[in-house]
This record gives sequence, C-alpha cells and structure tokens, in this order.
Amino acid sequence: MSDEIVLRASDLKKHYMLPGSLYAKAATVKALDGISFELSRKKTLAVVGESGCGKSTLARVVTMIEEPTAGSLQIAGEELADGNKQVRRKLRPKVQMVFQNPYGSLNPRQKIGSALEEPLMMNTPLSKAERGDKAKAMMQAVGLRPEHYDRYPHMFSGGQRQRIAIARALMLDPDILVLDEPVSALDVSIQAQVLNLLGELQDKLQLAYLFISHDLSVVKHIADEVMVMYLGKPVEQAAREVLFDDPRHPYTQALLSATPVPDPGRQKERVLLKGELPSPIDPPTGCAFHPRCPMVFDRCAAEAPHLQPARTAQVSCHLMHETNRS
Amino acid sequence: MSDQAIEVATDTRATGLRATLQEFWHYFSENRGAVIGMWFFIGVCMVALLADLIAPHGATTQYRDALLTPPVWQEGGDWRFLLGTDAVGRDMLSRLIHGSRYSLFVGCIVVVGAMAVGVTVGLIAGFVGGTVDTLIMRLMDIILSFPSLLLALVLVAILGPSLTNAMIAIAIVQQPHYVRLTRAAVLGERNKDYVTAARVAGVRPLRLMFHTILPNCMAPLIVQAALSFSTAILDAAALGFLGMGAQPPTPEWGTMLAEAREFILRAWWVVTLPGLAILLTVLAINLMGDGLRDALDPKLKRS
Repeated sequence: MSDEIVLRASDLKKHYMLPGSLYAKAATVKALDGISFELSRKKTLAVVGESGCGKSTLARVVTMIEEPTAGSLQIAGEELADGNKQVRRKLRPKVQMVFQNPYGSLNPRQKIGSALEEPLMMNTPLSKAERGDKAKAMMQAVGLRPEHYDRYPHMFSGGQRQRIAIARALMLDPDILVLDEPVSALDVSIQAQVLNLLGELQDKLQLAYLFISHDLSVVKHIADEVMVMYLGKPVEQAAREVLFDDPRHPYTQALLSATPVPDPGRQKERVLLKGELPSPIDPPTGCAFHPRCPMVFDRCAAEAPHLQPARTAQVSCHLMHETNRS
Repeated sequence: MSDQAIEVATDTRATGLRATLQEFWHYFSENRGAVIGMWFFIGVCMVALLADLIAPHGATTQYRDALLTPPVWQEGGDWRFLLGTDAVGRDMLSRLIHGSRYSLFVGCIVVVGAMAVGVTVGLIAGFVGGTVDTLIMRLMDIILSFPSLLLALVLVAILGPSLTNAMIAIAIVQQPHYVRLTRAAVLGERNKDYVTAARVAGVRPLRLMFHTILPNCMAPLIVQAALSFSTAILDAAALGFLGMGAQPPTPEWGTMLAEAREFILRAWWVVTLPGLAILLTVLAINLMGDGLRDALDPKLKRS
C-alpha cells in the first residue's frame, strides 16, 4: 500500500511561445524540457535548483494549472496530458498545492471558514453543515483553534497563515500535495513547526509530497528522494542519503558546497560557479551546464547528456559515463 | 499533537464590520472638507426624501397674483414665497426642494447603471484577455474619444428628449471609466496566488470573477462611483438646460435654469438659485468623494 505509485510523469515538457514583434523574433522558452519521475504514497520527492530552473513550472503542470506541451502525466493511473476536461475535473481534487507566500495565497476578503469550505463546495455535494464540520476538524488537525473560523487572513501571523493554506489544500483528501517552497517565506523557528506538521500529516493521511525548494537544509530534513534541476532538465536524481553523501554531478557538488554547515571548525571546500544561469530562450549547446562547469571537456559542448544510472544515482553528465567506461 | 505549536494570535484588533467602519471613519474624518461635504449631502438627501412635507407650496402650483416676486429680504418680497417666484408665479423654494429629488434620482440611477454594466464588461476584459480584451478596450477608447456631453446630446437626440433617455445617455457616456478602472484592477489581481489557489480548488471562471476577484477590486470603484455621481447630476442639468433632458414643467434644476434664461437681467433669483443649488450639491459630493478616496485607496493611504 505504501509503495503505491500515485503520480507518474515521463518526459514532461512545457514550452512557452513568445510571439515575435517588430523588435524581437519569435522564441520558445523551454521551461521544462523532459522531466520524468514517480511519486509514491507517503514519500517525498524534493525538487531543488536555483531560480529560473523550472521548479515552479513543474508545480504548475502537476497541479493542472497549465497543460504540458509534451510528455505524459498520470495520476492514479489515468492520463492527464491529453487535455480531456472531464478527466482533469475528476482528478483535480487528487492534487492540491501549498504556495510559497502565505500572504498572497489567501484571499484577503474571505474568512478562513469559507476559504476552507470553498473546495468542498466546488467538488462535493456536502451540505453547509457538513462542510462546516469538516473545516473545523481540519483546522484542529493543523493546529488552529475553532474560534479562528470567522476571522480574516490579515489577523494571522505568517506561520498560522501557512497552516490555513495547508488545511485548505487538504480539504479534498488529496493523494498528492505539491509544496512550492512552503517554508521559505517563514521565520526559521516557524519553519521547523510547519515542517513537523507536514511530516505528521504525511504519516496520518498517507500523502505523497512533491516538495519544491532551494533550501538544501530543509530538503535534507524532509525528502526521501531528491531531484536536482538545471535549466528545465534534471541533472541528478537520487535517494536523499546518496545525494547528500556522494553528489555525482558537478552542479550538485557546487550546490551542496554552497549550503552553510553549522560547524565553525570545519574547513570547507567551496566550488564556486562562474557566470549566471543562461537564458532558457537560448540555452547553450550540448550540456546546458557546460559554460559554468569546472570539469568541462570537449564532448560537453557538442552532445547533450541524458539521465543514466551511475552507481546508486541517476546522473546526466558525460563525465560519469567516461569514467565508468575507463 | 500540535497543540503546543499553536502560536498566540498576533492581532487583537476588533473583528468584523465594526472595525472596518471604525478604520474607515478614522481616515475619512481626517479630511475636514469631506466631512462637511458628507453632512451637506445627507442634508440634501433628507430634503429630497421629505420634499412633500417641507415644501410650502406645490412644485407646479401657480400664483397668478405674484409673478416674479423677489426673495423676502429684497424690496417687494412676500413672506409667502421665501425665495421669490418665477415668471409664471411658482414658488422657487418649493421647486428647488422638489428638484433635489430629480438630481439625486438621476445620480443614483446613472451610477448604478453605469457601474453594473461597466464592472461586468471590465471584469470580462481583464479576466479573459486576448482578442476580447482588445475589442472591448478599443470600443471604450472610441466612446472616450468623444466629448462626453456632445455624445450624450447625440444619444438623446436619437432616443428623444426625456429624463429617462437623458439618464441612459449619461450612463453610456460614463461607463468606459468603470470598464477601464475594473480592468486595471483585475489585471493586478488576476495572477495573485489566491486566485491560482482557488483555481486549483476547482472554482469555475464565473465564480472566480465575481466572488474571488471582484471584492478585491472594489475600493477604486467606490471612489469612482462617488465622483461620477456629481458628474451625472451636472450632465443631467446641462442636458436639461439644452432642452434635451427633463421637460417643463418638471422642477429639474437644469430645466429651471433654461426656463429662466430670459429673465437673467430683470430677476436674478430665478437663474442664480437653481445654479447655486447645482453648484453646492456637486461641490459637496466631490469633497466627499475626495475623502472616500483618501480613506479607501490604499495607495494614497498615509500609515
């Protein structure tokens, strides 16, 4: 039961067309360029990467806010990517989302009670009283008091608002929760509370999490599996311990070396990356990472690598396979 | 389980409507002119409501023995007619009192009509976007490119001169302002996270537009409503003056002005008093609108 796969994405792509104008020619932004992963019950897949690498686009595609350009997305065994409206409507309650900024994700003119009941009103035939009972039960489950039911969002602190947002996402009994940087807008002390709450809820409700973050210490705390993305493509995918103990891809190594470690005695070897993230409108040839890679060699600029097994991880780098062979 | 995790509520402000009203009044009352304007406007509303009780004479009752009687404080004044009489012996005060009804009625109907249509069209333009948006906005630009009174005049000329048609014409002329304002606000709100969250929860477009987005766009619209109330009164008076609005013997202020035009040199009161009534009412509403804007528009709010 706990190994049941609830979401399967294969070669998922999302391209945005920028229409040409007098001054710019038409271009395609490859925000997501071939992502594959599986999500099982009670497991957390963390997606990490710097700003602009396509993390949030992935969240928008998985939550059906946007349709993928190509590839397949299956939820509970049913195909979503072909754009059948009825299937989407039916499966929508299965995937819910918690947003990064709890100050923007709650409607300022809506009381907490009605914000929680809205998903039920839209998707279930429950009566008003039943909806109210369910909302109150959920408020208790996320650590809010019943008297908060009639209040407006502006009367709550950031941590409480994020609890409300989590409660709202759970109202429809989803299988999958997409968490788009759910704690990065919160104080560190509150972050821990919210992360613990998420852990408890995952055990109790058998949820699968797609956890999007740029904070590796948070990822280390919560993830079962980690996917590192660079410019719309996965560069490394591995179980948490494997990735943190033995990062294979040069980009992952650079990311990990940038995470602060609370140990003043430790001598750190920082891998510093040159330059900026290239524009996804005009990505580099070959491996997208090669202009910044400290270990670049001839093949990188010519040929794009693919995600291939390298010991216990999946890595997309020519270096792995060169050294494997030799 | 997570009972220990409950944070103490950080905000102890009073809840609900009362707190909102209190905050509103705090900002509104900072502006002295706005408060004076509001009391004057309330006064006009009371006069309009109680016109039948207050007015000493009927609005169209003629006193043939007292044509063009001056106001009481002037030589030849008559205590029966406090503000004098017009050329056919009707009491000016009574006519002004009854006229306030027409002005407020015109203001209300025009604002409600223009707002209902304008907000809906603006919501559609902002929410749907694309070609629909372009079509609607270009149409509004065309309406806005005409001088408003001229366009209203043409519309009334086509529909036929009457107070109802004048109101329809003024509403049509005013409605592009609401469309633009609503569209701008919707564009600002449309991409916020709470709208996306509602979408993920399965909220359908119609409810998304009117229930999720619209309440967050209301502040500038309320201000616009207050300010266009006075424009509507002014336009209705102008149309009345040009003979295209309310028809005599209706005691509408603009129409009264038009009737009194020929006596402008002989009897100042028949022209001055309706003009003064229009001036003061419009001024009061504008002052009140300014105060409303200060109190409701967060961009201008001093914290």
